[in-house]
Amino acid sequence: MSIWEYANPKKFITSTERVLPALWAASALCIGVGLIWGFFFTGDEARQGATVKIIYLHVPAAMLAINTWVMMLVTSLVWLVRRHHVSALAARAAAPVGMVMTLIALATGAIWGQPMWGTWWAWDPRLTSFLILFLFYLGYIALWEAIEDPDTAADLTSFLCLVGSVFALLSRYAVNFWNQGLHQGASIFRAEAVIGTDTEEKVSNIFFYPLMLCIVGFVLLFVALVLYRTGTEIRARRIKALMARERVAA
Amino acid sequence: MMPDLGKYADTVLSAYVASIALLALLVLVSVMRGRRVRDEMKKIEKRVMGNG
Amino acid sequence: MNALLLRDLRLALRAGGGFGLGLAFFLILTVMVPLSVGPQPALLASIAPGVLWLGALLACLLSLDRLLALDWEDGSLDLLATAPLPLESVVSIKALAHWITTGLPLVLAAPVLGVLLNLPVGGFKWVVISLLLGTPALSVIGTFGAALTVGLKRGGLLMSLLVMPLYLPTLIFGAEVARRGAIGMEVQTPLLMLAGISAASIALLPFASAAVLRINLR
Repeated sequence: MSIWEYANPKKFITSTERVLPALWAASALCIGVGLIWGFFFTGDEARQGATVKIIYLHVPAAMLAINTWVMMLVTSLVWLVRRHHVSALAARAAAPVGMVMTLIALATGAIWGQPMWGTWWAWDPRLTSFLILFLFYLGYIALWEAIEDPDTAADLTSFLCLVGSVFALLSRYAVNFWNQGLHQGASIFRAEAVIGTDTEEKVSNIFFYPLMLCIVGFVLLFVALVLYRTGTEIRARRIKALMARERVAA
Repeated sequence: MMPDLGKYADTVLSAYVASIALLALLVLVSVMRGRRVRDEMKKIEKRVMGNG
Repeated sequence: MNALLLRDLRLALRAGGGFGLGLAFFLILTVMVPLSVGPQPALLASIAPGVLWLGALLACLLSLDRLLALDWEDGSLDLLATAPLPLESVVSIKALAHWITTGLPLVLAAPVLGVLLNLPVGGFKWVVISLLLGTPALSVIGTFGAALTVGLKRGGLLMSLLVMPLYLPTLIFGAEVARRGAIGMEVQTPLLMLAGISAASIALLPFASAAVLRINLR
């Protein structure tokens, strides 16, 4: 039993379809319970008031936004090295999910920032690098859509993902540097922005458990979505192949 | 039932509505495209295999 | 290799103004900035380094679609791919030719346009140095983008979408050098980072560009 067995598209579809209903249900349960617990049964945080409830959406989305790109990088590498079509298609299927997660993180961040920092948007390093990540997702998806031949598209997008990862990382550090250069000494922003990710240290247990539940739920939802969408991509590819065969036969 | 959100009610609610709407949209679009592609594949499979 | 470089340079110089277009674009953009934000000298002085960098970057971007597309259309790219010269060198030379015909003129023109934007006296040196270090990276990264989209019919807009995020680190550090230089601050850290990005891009990206080009040619 090895993971490579699932590189067979048929095997992939039959086995994922067996686990998908459970995954959908589990993710809906975790997100539902986590959000309801967080929304209705946790109090307000002393400094931030009720806005702390946004954390249950903001943090899981932000975590997935980054990790989706990492997953795409891994599956792109697997495609380039071992030429398993399922792997390339999984990267394609994951990209829009990652983009929506980035969007959610940006949107909830802006809504949260409005009362807390007094502005919807600030060119804080963290915010800026998420916007840049969004641009990378856009380019990646656009390249997939633009190329006709499926294998060429898989190869080219994999290379874009590889090179893009390096430059995305560089941008992260560049942006960090650039903002410190602009706002010498304005550390209130940075300290407050950190609250978003340093939850384990800053947020007490009341907020921590529902947050963990939401994170688990988001991860499960991500897995379910990617498996489901990969199945769709496999079928779409088969349609293409069948139609090509039909044209040859005719 | 509804917790007291104080002066941040708009903020919190709009964040929840926006995120859940985006998530629902993502799931909906994925499932709709999945259904369509699956049906189309069945149709074409039948046609090709029938002729072949 | 020399023959290929000379051929590319000659083509760029002769083929109906591809050479001057980038420069003209740079000039027009620089003229439009005071027209759009107002002529106050202090305002212009503070944004001049960033505007010069952005103008140079966009001028580079605009000339990219000619980089490989012409050779792709008339088939000479296929010939080059089967030639004894490795494709990595071909790509590097293409990028070098692009830099000589686009990047270098932009570097030389930047101080002149800096006068128009009321660039502080101390800034001229750093604008030229940062552009001199940064434009090679822009050419090499652009070549990668051009190689990705070479097979597409209307790839110009898509290529901009792909290349611009990749340009961001270079832009940030390059503009930072120019900005800090203009107001007389320490420039060492961004300058070193800029040089590092350029050196790494020149050393590594031709391999990626050549690999991508091979995929497109098969």
